[in-house]
Amino acid sequence: MELLSGGEMIARVLEDEGVEYIFGYPGGAVLHIYDALFKDCKVPHVLVRHEQAATHAADGYARATGKPGVVLVTSGPGATNAITGIATAYMDSIPMVVLSGQVQSHLIGEDAFQETDMIGISRPIVKHSFMVKRAEDIPVMMKKAFYIAASGRPGPVVIDIPKDVTRPDEKFEYRYPRTVKMRSYAPAQRGHTGQVKKAAKLLLSAKRPVIYAGGGVVQGEGSELLTSLARELNYPVTNTLMGLGCYPATDRQFLGMLGMHGFYEANMAMHHSDVILAVGARFDDRVTNTVGKFCPGAKIIHIDVDPTSISKTVPADIPIVGPVQSVLEEMGVQLAALREKEPDLPDRGALERWWKQIDEWRATHGLWTGRRYSESKKIMPQQVIESLYRVTDGNAYVTSDVGQHQMFAAQYYRFDQPRRWINSGGLGTMGFGLPAAMGVKLAFPDSDVACVTGEGSIQMNIQELSTCTQYSTPVKIINLRNNYLGMVKQWQDMQYEGRYAMSTYEDSLPDFVKLVEAYGHVGMQVTKLADLDAKMEEAFAMKDKLVFLDVIIDPMEHVYPMHIAPNGSMKDMWLSKNERT
Amino acid sequence: MRRIISMLMENEPGALSRVVGLFSQRGYNIETLNVAPTDDPTLSRLTLTTAGDDKQIEQITKHLNKLVDVVKLVDLTEGAHIERDLMLIKVRAQGALRDEVKRTTDIFRGQIVDVGPNVYTIQLAGTSDKLDSFVAAMADVDILEVVRSGVAGISRGEKVLSL
Ligand SMILES: Cc1ncc(C[n+]2csc(CCOP(=O)(O)OP(=O)(O)O)c2C)c(N)n1
Repeated sequence: MELLSGGEMIARVLEDEGVEYIFGYPGGAVLHIYDALFKDCKVPHVLVRHEQAATHAADGYARATGKPGVVLVTSGPGATNAITGIATAYMDSIPMVVLSGQVQSHLIGEDAFQETDMIGISRPIVKHSFMVKRAEDIPVMMKKAFYIAASGRPGPVVIDIPKDVTRPDEKFEYRYPRTVKMRSYAPAQRGHTGQVKKAAKLLLSAKRPVIYAGGGVVQGEGSELLTSLARELNYPVTNTLMGLGCYPATDRQFLGMLGMHGFYEANMAMHHSDVILAVGARFDDRVTNTVGKFCPGAKIIHIDVDPTSISKTVPADIPIVGPVQSVLEEMGVQLAALREKEPDLPDRGALERWWKQIDEWRATHGLWTGRRYSESKKIMPQQVIESLYRVTDGNAYVTSDVGQHQMFAAQYYRFDQPRRWINSGGLGTMGFGLPAAMGVKLAFPDSDVACVTGEGSIQMNIQELSTCTQYSTPVKIINLRNNYLGMVKQWQDMQYEGRYAMSTYEDSLPDFVKLVEAYGHVGMQVTKLADLDAKMEEAFAMKDKLVFLDVIIDPMEHVYPMHIAPNGSMKDMWLSKNERT
Repeated sequence: MRRIISMLMENEPGALSRVVGLFSQRGYNIETLNVAPTDDPTLSRLTLTTAGDDKQIEQITKHLNKLVDVVKLVDLTEGAHIERDLMLIKVRAQGALRDEVKRTTDIFRGQIVDVGPNVYTIQLAGTSDKLDSFVAAMADVDILEVVRSGVAGISRGEKVLSL
């Protein structure tokens, strides 16, 4: 049997696990590991410019591929810099394995140089964590980490590695297990048949049904099953911010996103529904508005692999714990069996009336049935996303940062496939977009990858332009430039009488075109609507270039619809600056 | 309502902090906490008491079950069970009060486990209520120190919490 040092084992496990990229940054505590990577490891390492970006890049990679992203950082500041990215992945249930260096075992607890209690600091934002005590444990521990990160409800797993266990002069027998079993960890494999049967019955009895599907459908690879189930029944579907793409947006049955900035027809349909089939969604406060007023007439079926998500905020009438795939499969079988016995279900007349109502909602205030944004001489942010959609034929991977631009992208880019829309929904992390786009582009070098951002967010990880130069990741950055922290400004307009407390930069913004040129990329500014499509096409035509499109947009535009809060229900929305439901 | 939740968890460093961290992170309350290894040295038994409505308790048990270190869990208050809290209480016992303390201890079936010229240390086991009553009965006595183990519990009858 082969003898390897702890550091060498880590390098070898990454190979044996089939890892495609390691995103990381070196430092004292991980030098043995880096030396092992340098000497003998087939897995390429991507050197970012800040550890936060390593986690976001690994996260973007994971969201686009479904495989765990891998991060390697040093102890102390390296580890703490990774925290925001770990929390981002945790909130959106993204599989990730983070290897963090630690000071030597005998120094732990002594406030040694670059010591920080990574296990303690990361505890509330990881699915699980391990501290390596002995080099011999590395293979099994890492196998467990990959298994835990990717199974059940996925999430980040941290492995903290004291420097001495990676020392090159102590070698151990290496054997990588193909599988691991843990007596204390057994994610649900399938739903309860009785519950699925009950749910199928309720679903068929519906007169005003809505399917409400979230990120769990994307993560659980349930899109196809969900789509065929919805089509079979001719039921309307809405997606959460995290679920976009799990049902084809261009399909007639799609109502658009729901929630705080959700579509009028989606929020109205939810509020007036009698049966809601929630799949891989978690009734987040950005969806429900006031919980006590949430969908008063609806019976709720809730499918989720994580039991703690069920009845957490909104009580479920029929809870089903299980992976979306197996539950939806079984649901399909049950529905077919029931309909064979009772071919009149669901009530077609009722469904027809329901669709008529939905189509009316759509026609009056739907974002895709007419121009809903204000007229202006300036470029409207929505037009930029529409242009992006046209130029990329709706096929791009779109990452985003956080703010108005994120909501415009979610509303106006119609995602027909899962894993194409990549954004920080749960934590809302500004600075996510560019590093995430890098991770996606590395995974899919032949696909168009766009990062929709704002001049606020992009500056939170703009140093990654340098990483993009080093690894030739020609993503397209679409900067919706309003010269404000736009989403903050929107709230200040609506709730603080336009007092823009610290949401402007005065004249301090850089010349972004020059800035990206300094990194060796291409920058273009767009100021006129007439030039927008041409510049967008030019940007995407430069296949090998990172292009930064600095689009000067109308700074006064708000994102609508917007839930009225506090005390509003799903159906209470602002539809424009002076129009409300 | 008060609940006694008891679990087997991996006897690993960090396991306890994950349980405790969950409570503070999610805004739940721990009233008592008791933890020790079992006959199987790889497993610890942790018992805690908490209070909350049914919905909260359901969330708490679900979250605890989700912790990777927690192997198995039971809400003892859902069925017949035995609970024991152990108290060591040191009181000033001088003059007439010496007899009085002794008598009360006997009534509660406690034991005086350490005797000094001016103090008694009493050991008392029972439900938390019983221990509370004893402390209340000592109202006239100068209590110097109270140590309680927190509730440990086990189901009645054949029901067991094991792998
Ligand atoms: C790291 C971080 N800090 C602060 C916030 C709060 N926040 C949400 S949106 C926003 C403004 C974003 O501005 P910009 O990136 O320019 O996008 P815009 O809203 O103008 O499209 C801020 C500050 C956040 N989400 N993340």
